[in-house]
Amino acid sequence: MKAILTVVGQDKVGIVAAVSNKLAALSVNILDISQTIMEKNFTMMMMLDLESTTDDFITIKNQMTELGNQLGLTIHIQREDIFNTMHKL
Amino acid sequence: METAQILETIRMIEEEKLDIRTITMGISLLDCIDSDGETARKKIYNKITRLAKDLVKVGEDIEAEYGIPIINKRISVTPIALVAAATQDKDYVAFAKTLDQAAKDVGVNFIGGFSALVQKGYQYGDDILINSIPQALAETERVCSSVNIGSTRTGINMDAVRHMGYVITETAKKSDLGCAKLVVFANAVEDNPFMAGAFHGVGEADCIINVGVSGPGVVKRALEKVKGEPFDVVAETVKKTAFKITRMGQLVGQVASKRLGVHFGIVDLSLAPTPAVGDSMAHILEEMGLESVGTHGTTAALALLNDAVKKGGVMACGHVGGLSGAFIPVSEDKGMIDAVERGALNLEKLEAMTAICSVGLDMIAIPGDTPSETIAAIIADEAAIGVVNNKTTAVRIIPAQGKQVGDIVSFGGLLGYAPVMPVNKFASTDFILRGGRIPAPIHSFKN
Repeated sequence: MKAILTVVGQDKVGIVAAVSNKLAALSVNILDISQTIMEKNFTMMMMLDLESTTDDFITIKNQMTELGNQLGLTIHIQREDIFNTMHKL
Repeated sequence: METAQILETIRMIEEEKLDIRTITMGISLLDCIDSDGETARKKIYNKITRLAKDLVKVGEDIEAEYGIPIINKRISVTPIALVAAATQDKDYVAFAKTLDQAAKDVGVNFIGGFSALVQKGYQYGDDILINSIPQALAETERVCSSVNIGSTRTGINMDAVRHMGYVITETAKKSDLGCAKLVVFANAVEDNPFMAGAFHGVGEADCIINVGVSGPGVVKRALEKVKGEPFDVVAETVKKTAFKITRMGQLVGQVASKRLGVHFGIVDLSLAPTPAVGDSMAHILEEMGLESVGTHGTTAALALLNDAVKKGGVMACGHVGGLSGAFIPVSEDKGMIDAVERGALNLEKLEAMTAICSVGLDMIAIPGDTPSETIAAIIADEAAIGVVNNKTTAVRIIPAQGKQVGDIVSFGGLLGYAPVMPVNKFASTDFILRGGRIPAPIHSFKN
């Protein structure tokens, strides 16, 4: 299963490191990363592959949300299909 | 996938309140028919709880995985008048209680189908069911009731219209919320996922999933970006937005039906408001340039919106059905409530609006002492609009007990609150007392 992780919030040192560390701990593989500053906000998109993780989706989602709270950022994780469905014919 | 598109989707959900309004499981109860009422009810309970046991869980899983809220999980069933007719029961309140219990046990917030289809005449069971409505709605929490009293093919059953006038009065006397769970239809559809008018038609598969989408806030935000542009641009903008919203409904419907192992029925292309700020149909119309919904131009604005939503949505999904159009309930829409309170919107304008959008006079509070015949005449007018224009119309009207024009009635939750609106003071009694049937319009003979 592929999912898209988005991180939005105030830029600071160590966001990419913290997020990727957490994902590594959950055995989630990162397929693609893009990161930019949009309207003064740190904005990062990651394409994730959840095949090798043993945790279920809800657990991963909760852990990432919690990490977001610790860092003062908004972290979403959603299955990729929702974006494809809405934006691709 | 572009960053901007991903963020657009997230913003639609987070800020603009895009959601799936309902996934509704339609369940046929025809195989539960039994000459013994108790046995029939046992079969009904068992079938509903067996098929829908995972409905809420699957809905919640989809919400979590896709990040899209699914506000309601609901059930619609075969019109109970058809199922209960085989019994010797003298009223069908016990059937309503069974539905209520099944709904509670599987965790859905509404179950629709305490219904009768009497557009041309009453069969055995229809009269009993309709007479049971006031008590059934008073004694249950989650059961919704609907009665179809007319269609383009059959005309309007004025005996049933009169009957429903009395039933609505009685329902209002017996419970505060009863009338909010009762819809009188013309041209009722068999695959509607929205409450209170959902029931599972006899031509449907044994069990299906229908999906109703929402998203007035998304459309409003999209229109903010084309301020002052001509209507061609407005229509295009609504179409594109409706496409995106509907695709979401299609995805959720497909995933839900696959996980539940049942057929996927339809996506209902409706824009359904809630009382929450930023989720209003009225505000879309006002965004088009009206000072307040209800003023001159409202009908034209709504016609454009309704049409563009359908055009955008049709390409986005495989099967379109249900009511499909813009909903304009009063109590469930902050903008509509405000318009009534500021004197911009009245029953007559609402009636005109129902001629060109989905459904009809919806969630409207009227004085508690409104005569039953006047309520019946309001139903007759709405039915005439539906029957002649070949569309669904409905009346969900609440005579607010002990309240007068200008008072506020609160229904709570998604049902919202409504100011009591004035009705025409002149009597329609002799008109309603005639009874009989208004013949089908000439253009219904298409064969």
